[in-house]
Amino acid sequence: MSIGTHNLLSAADLDRAQTLAILDTAAQMHAIQTREVKKLPPLRGRTIVNLFFEDSTRTRSSFEIAGKWLSADVINVSAKGSSASKGESLRDTVLTVAAMGVDALVVRHHASGAVARVAGWVDCAVINAGDGTHEHPTQALLDAYALRARLGDFTDRHVVIVGDIAHSRVARSNVLLLHTLGARVTLVAPPTLMPAGVAEWTAATSWDLDAVLSGKEFGDVDALMMLRLQRERMSSNYFPTEREYATGYGLSPLRLELLGPDVPVLHPGPMNRGLEISSAAADNLRSVVLDQVQAGVAVRMAVLYRLLAGDPAAAIEQVPA
Amino acid sequence: MSNVLLAGASVLGGRPADVLISGEVIAAVGSAADAAGAEVIDAAGLVLLPGFVDLHTHLREPGREDAETVRSGSAAAALGGYTAVHAMANTTPVADTAEIVEQVARLGAAAGLVDVRPVGAVSRGLDGERLAEIAGMARSAAAVRVFSDDGRCVADAQLMRRALEYVKPFGAVIAQHAQDPGLAGTAACAHEGVVSGKLGLPGWPAVAEESVVARDVMLAQHTGSRLHVCHVSTAGTVEVLRWAKGRGIDVTAEVTPHHLALDCSLLDGYDPVYKVNPPLRPAEDVAALRAALADGTIDAVATDHAPHAAHDKEHAFADAAFGMLGLQTALGVVADAMVRTGLLDWAGVADRMSVRPALIGRLSGHGRPIEAGQPANLTLLDPRGSWVVDADRLASLSRNTPFAGRTLPARVVATFLRGRATVRDSELIQKEVSHA
Repeated sequence: MSIGTHNLLSAADLDRAQTLAILDTAAQMHAIQTREVKKLPPLRGRTIVNLFFEDSTRTRSSFEIAGKWLSADVINVSAKGSSASKGESLRDTVLTVAAMGVDALVVRHHASGAVARVAGWVDCAVINAGDGTHEHPTQALLDAYALRARLGDFTDRHVVIVGDIAHSRVARSNVLLLHTLGARVTLVAPPTLMPAGVAEWTAATSWDLDAVLSGKEFGDVDALMMLRLQRERMSSNYFPTEREYATGYGLSPLRLELLGPDVPVLHPGPMNRGLEISSAAADNLRSVVLDQVQAGVAVRMAVLYRLLAGDPAAAIEQVPA
Repeated sequence: MSNVLLAGASVLGGRPADVLISGEVIAAVGSAADAAGAEVIDAAGLVLLPGFVDLHTHLREPGREDAETVRSGSAAAALGGYTAVHAMANTTPVADTAEIVEQVARLGAAAGLVDVRPVGAVSRGLDGERLAEIAGMARSAAAVRVFSDDGRCVADAQLMRRALEYVKPFGAVIAQHAQDPGLAGTAACAHEGVVSGKLGLPGWPAVAEESVVARDVMLAQHTGSRLHVCHVSTAGTVEVLRWAKGRGIDVTAEVTPHHLALDCSLLDGYDPVYKVNPPLRPAEDVAALRAALADGTIDAVATDHAPHAAHDKEHAFADAAFGMLGLQTALGVVADAMVRTGLLDWAGVADRMSVRPALIGRLSGHGRPIEAGQPANLTLLDPRGSWVVDADRLASLSRNTPFAGRTLPARVVATFLRGRATVRDSELIQKEVSHA
């Protein structure tokens, strides 16, 4: 993480040791969440602004709770519709917010690379909470957290990611982070939803979900990630109908069976029932998905903690046992 | 009548000669017998070329005078060694009537630093549907000879066909911004490939350009008319042009300095100074464009000088404006990409930056041989005058140069427009205002 430069912009900013350290810290944070009093003192007096240029409920509230449980003052700024459309530049918007004495900006933006631009304009810590179709590194961290709980070690584990890879920031961050952790990744999508230049990525690719899930194409599957598919993609002819997409790439009960009972299935939510996931499969996964929500808070606490609380080792000792 | 002697200038990079400018014309080349009384400029070691002609300049006036004016753009052009520029039509209002092109021409004449040749729109308001009053603009005092919807593609094949036919009586040319809007999509802002995929930027495939060029050369053949392809950016387009020229189709093409120098790997930091339309392409395309300019498949260097106010670039990459400054850095970039590499000599630079663009724009008086009796539209440059680009010191009202901080190997020392120095010692010389 650019602990040195105090930003988290891309999953590629993290090496293996840093990633595992965050996951370890997250595990400690997660344990604390089961207590009656969840609040810890380390970020008392610090100010975190959630600067969201795009709607979000899950990620924003997850960061908000994470900051509050670390005793930071957390302010939510919804900047949707400001900036370009109102004639104000992104730079002006960001500098105005940063001028309020902010220690960390958690930024979500509809455009790829916007968060990197923000980091170039301000001195405070900047965390990428999702930028366009580029990256969503804390989502990848929480996916890694959830997978670690189920798989233990990542070395040579085979993780399959299915869906709209081309437009998915979750997929980009996960491919980078899982590679860092030593896992093998296979991406499955119709050709229209594969990103340009995917051959250069550290992942195998396939158009055939059944061949991958059955282990025929790339060997046994250790974990499956289903991506959310935006229905608007249909109007741009990325795929013809919901039925056809679901038939080819949706997670049906039959496909769940192909996987076997022990293989964890993740979905970043919100789920499109009947599209990338059947209702029956979704209900089957409910507990895992809710697990991910809890883990999300713990992981974001760990990230904030390590970016803002100084020496992470010393900081962890402050956590009451 | 003022006389100036350029002593010992290397004409087109060849043997040193004395060039005498008398009034608006070149009086003598070679021997300075009649130079008595002339002001002498020591041009030893300097290269003398015909003044550059830019086929593709955005001067932003009328409409965005905060980003550039005809005067400020003219100053940048003169400092870049230009004696004529073609001002693109995508102003506000659009240059789609005789009145507006005449206004732009008048503003250019008033500035008096370069000949400002307005480009007329192909379609009214650049709407891509209704043919603009092309005859009116061609017959106006501005005598428009280049028509373009640049910024947008004339995507409709029937409109393109009609435009190509309609300009024939005027010997005019349709300059196409080749880019299939359907294939490119409204959100595209980067070359579609490894870099765009990694960065998550909506991509623009090379085929969006190439397929339109392929269609248009066939239309040019069918209509027997004249087509000019703006800012060629891909190796595939070069192949199409080579094929079309081989068949005798009347097509010409330009490439920008930035497409000769920069590739899409620069997008890595999401800095919108590298956001341009057409987009920066991979290094293989850059190499193909250089080779095509060297062998003449691409006829001309054109800047696509596109000034933008700072606040229009201070956004996320996808939300920022398209375009880069070009006029003042063009020579240096071409010298670096083409001359230093041995792909073009100075005579070649003169051909691609002056002679051929003047022919394409049907611009008499520019791009002429450097010999007695010709109009004295000249650029004197120092082939070893390297300089570091400082965005704050450019004459443009805007600062969006991708070359800031770069060292360029050659500099313009002086520019003469019909015998009058618009630039001396690399400094602008404003036109004297008459108080009579």
